[in-house]
Amino acid sequence: MPAPENSVRAVSHIALNVYRESVRDRVPYNLVLFAVLLIGSSYLLAQLTAGQDVKIIKDLGLAATSLFGLFIAVFIGIGLVSKEVERRSIYTILSKPISRPQFIMGKYAGLVLTLAVNVAVMAAALYAVLAYMTWMESADFKAAWDTPGVDPALLKALFLIFIELMLVTAIAVFFSTFSTPILSAALTFGFYIAGNFNADLRNFEQVVRSPAAAWLARALYHVLPDLSAFDVKTQVVHGLPVSAGYIWSTAAYGAAYIAALLLAATVVFSRRDFK
Amino acid sequence: MPAAILIEELTKDYAVGFWRRRPYRALDRLSLAIEPGEIFGFLGPNGAGKTTTLKLLMQLIFPTSGHAQILGRPIGDVAVRHRIGYLPENPYFYDYLTAEELLTYFAQLLDVPAADRRRRVSDLLDRAGIGRERRFQMRKFSKGMIQRVGIAQALLNEPDVIFLDEPMSGLDPLGRKDVRSLILELREQGRTVFFSSHILADAEALCSRVAIVAGGRLAATGRLGELAEFEIRGWELVVSNLSPAAIERIRPATTRITEIGPGRYTLELPLAQAPERLIPEIAVAGASVVSLNPVRDTLEDFFMQRVAEAGRGARAGTGEQRARG
Repeated sequence: MPAPENSVRAVSHIALNVYRESVRDRVPYNLVLFAVLLIGSSYLLAQLTAGQDVKIIKDLGLAATSLFGLFIAVFIGIGLVSKEVERRSIYTILSKPISRPQFIMGKYAGLVLTLAVNVAVMAAALYAVLAYMTWMESADFKAAWDTPGVDPALLKALFLIFIELMLVTAIAVFFSTFSTPILSAALTFGFYIAGNFNADLRNFEQVVRSPAAAWLARALYHVLPDLSAFDVKTQVVHGLPVSAGYIWSTAAYGAAYIAALLLAATVVFSRRDFK
Repeated sequence: MPAAILIEELTKDYAVGFWRRRPYRALDRLSLAIEPGEIFGFLGPNGAGKTTTLKLLMQLIFPTSGHAQILGRPIGDVAVRHRIGYLPENPYFYDYLTAEELLTYFAQLLDVPAADRRRRVSDLLDRAGIGRERRFQMRKFSKGMIQRVGIAQALLNEPDVIFLDEPMSGLDPLGRKDVRSLILELREQGRTVFFSSHILADAEALCSRVAIVAGGRLAATGRLGELAEFEIRGWELVVSNLSPAAIERIRPATTRITEIGPGRYTLELPLAQAPERLIPEIAVAGASVVSLNPVRDTLEDFFMQRVAEAGRGARAGTGEQRARG
């Protein structure tokens, strides 16, 4: 067994390499640019609806961060492992003194780093637009706002969006350890959509008669992540309270799910033959 | 001192077929021992099991049965990879990294001390013949350049044992010469080199010993010149200024005479015909000897024979077709 500090070092080298590659691949740039434009244009849109302006900007900004983060998580996440296998670059990397679990952890950490930077850029763009608005608007106009323009509470929503993206990345990495990029993308999006409607599955047995369908819904409810828990956008935008307890327990739920997915990914990956 | 590489009864089965999965044996009970400091040629036609063996040793695939050791440690021991280098067949790296960055990244994974890293990466790229291009992203590299980077990365940790899978593949004649001299240099440094090839000339120029695999089985092992399969089966004599009368005189002693230019001929002699006896006759006729070479079975002949045998064996045996890939 390698010493723990060597282990961490190997994982961080792999992670930094993933970050460098994805930055040069320019895909995240395009997405971030697009998201920043969207956040900016929401300012123009807000001009059309008096009184609702700041809410629209916050709504659109958070939704854009979540959506474009999702694209980055899925499109880079599915390629992280499967591209290495397909192009056979995995042969040289695995002949170096790193274990397969270290490889998976490094890849995952690298994409989380990429996501963190992207989410930070999008959040900064959103705050810049809000700050500009706060500075421009007159005092009586601002008096009609439920929440301050540059509202620190937005960070709560952004934090949970980031945890959700980490979870989606773990799903993408898990699928990409054993299936093709296209199938992984389809499965990850499927998981994402089903995960957002997870709460409905719990109540499914009250609306269906077939016991088999009810059982299946119940099983899916337990297996799929409940992604709607990470969505506090509406509360934050309307100035409703989101307790610290809720945020931390949801983050812990995400962390547990991520750990289980990464464990499954390393188990699958460690047994795999690279023909 | 333990063997540098010890392979015992290594076997790999793959499941093939979509509906009816059936096993296909890619490697069948391979056993080999390679001593430290040897340049060992692992020869065989395409699909013989060479790459499968190397992938098993690198733990890219796992054996169905049997085991192997490198430098006295089981192949599953990740730590032993600090002391080995590996060039896969047709390597591929990352599109968006430069050759320099790739080697630095691998050097980090190999725990090459930071103080040495820069110099070692730069020296190896020089040695591999990558000049200014080392600062270009590798998606712009030709196949030959990628191969050279692949060879450089296999030597980053100054390994004791180096595995090269078809190291000459994709290289031009100059590149092949470079790789040959590099392998000889590694031998002088006392390192063990295990390389696979389907080209006999590579092995003849470099190897202290070879193993020949065909159809997933070990067909022969030993020094190339000593292998019974490659015994001399005749002579080839090239002469010039040979008159038609002289040709007729020596024709009974030859198996075939081919004209290769004006007055220039290739004479094929059976093994029983000593060339020493024929040469004076040629000299008397006023002709001169250009070259004399023994004719051996080539590795290609040997492959063809073994592959044909394997095919016959399969038909006579279970009737199961051996897929090759």
